[in-house]
Amino acid sequence: MINNPFTLIGKTILVTGASSGIGKATAIECSGMGAKLIITGRDEERLNETFHSLEGEGHKQIVCDLTDTSLLETLVKSLPQIDGCVNNAGVGGKLPIAFIKKDSLQSILDINTIVPVLLTQFLVKNKKLKKGSSMVLTSSISGVYSVDIGNTMYSITKSAVDGFMKNAALELAQKGIRVNSVNPGMVDTPINNLDSFTEEQKLKDVENYPLKRYGKPEDIANGIIYLLSDASSWVTGISLKIDGGYSL
Amino acid sequence: MITIQDFIEKFGEQFDDTDISLIKPETEFKALEEWSSLIALSVMAMVDEEYDVSLKGDDIRNSKTLEDLYNIVVSRKRNDQ
Repeated sequence: MINNPFTLIGKTILVTGASSGIGKATAIECSGMGAKLIITGRDEERLNETFHSLEGEGHKQIVCDLTDTSLLETLVKSLPQIDGCVNNAGVGGKLPIAFIKKDSLQSILDINTIVPVLLTQFLVKNKKLKKGSSMVLTSSISGVYSVDIGNTMYSITKSAVDGFMKNAALELAQKGIRVNSVNPGMVDTPINNLDSFTEEQKLKDVENYPLKRYGKPEDIANGIIYLLSDASSWVTGISLKIDGGYSL
Repeated sequence: MITIQDFIEKFGEQFDDTDISLIKPETEFKALEEWSSLIALSVMAMVDEEYDVSLKGDDIRNSKTLEDLYNIVVSRKRNDQ
């Protein structure tokens, strides 16, 4: 047997937002690397679709709206001890500054920023993260490595996620828990609502990516697998940019 | 009730340096000097806020005149009801 430092065999991993996009690909790829998955999502049908795409046995799925704090806490309390958590659930929100409303800002902050903080809080308080475990937050290049017109609200939520990630990395290092983020550029997933762009706009935008394509969810899943695995045992507090060279 | 005059006025508010008298139903709005991706996004946000209609990039691309765009908004509004 060839030694593989990226293996997830024997690890139990929680993935939120697993019903589509990066979360779905991450759950599937992690199962391919041997992990036992606990996946959550809001949409029962789509979550079930992810669930049935997982390789191996012994996985669990939990339908849950994580913005409901008491449901989130109940969910965490029901978990076994885990080796990894992919704090991934998130939404987009493109509005020029002149159109930002408190409600829309609050709702994107709730899902993208407050849920990851509270999920971590509940996991730590209830001692669900094993010593040597790894938490990965799905952030973005937006707000951390680059900014775009109209993306202000999303950018704010993701800069806050990276701020939280670094604080958590420092504080949880004392418990032997690593915390990192992945920071994707444009990935072809439902969150980016690529249908709202014209083919012409997309072709022009892809020109901004030195590697000449948008990301695939699997490109990000592979970065997440690295951060979950023991291959990254000495890595904590990093923002792993995966963007086809966009921010260069 | 949505009217083209009302639509033109709200459309015109997205510009800073363009005289609103230059904006008419037959105006080819993407040819206006001030037209930009930010204004396109602002027009989409305005239409969502004022008329509760979601425009796509293709709607902007396929509209030549302001009246074309207005007609898309009106037809979506009607289909919603």
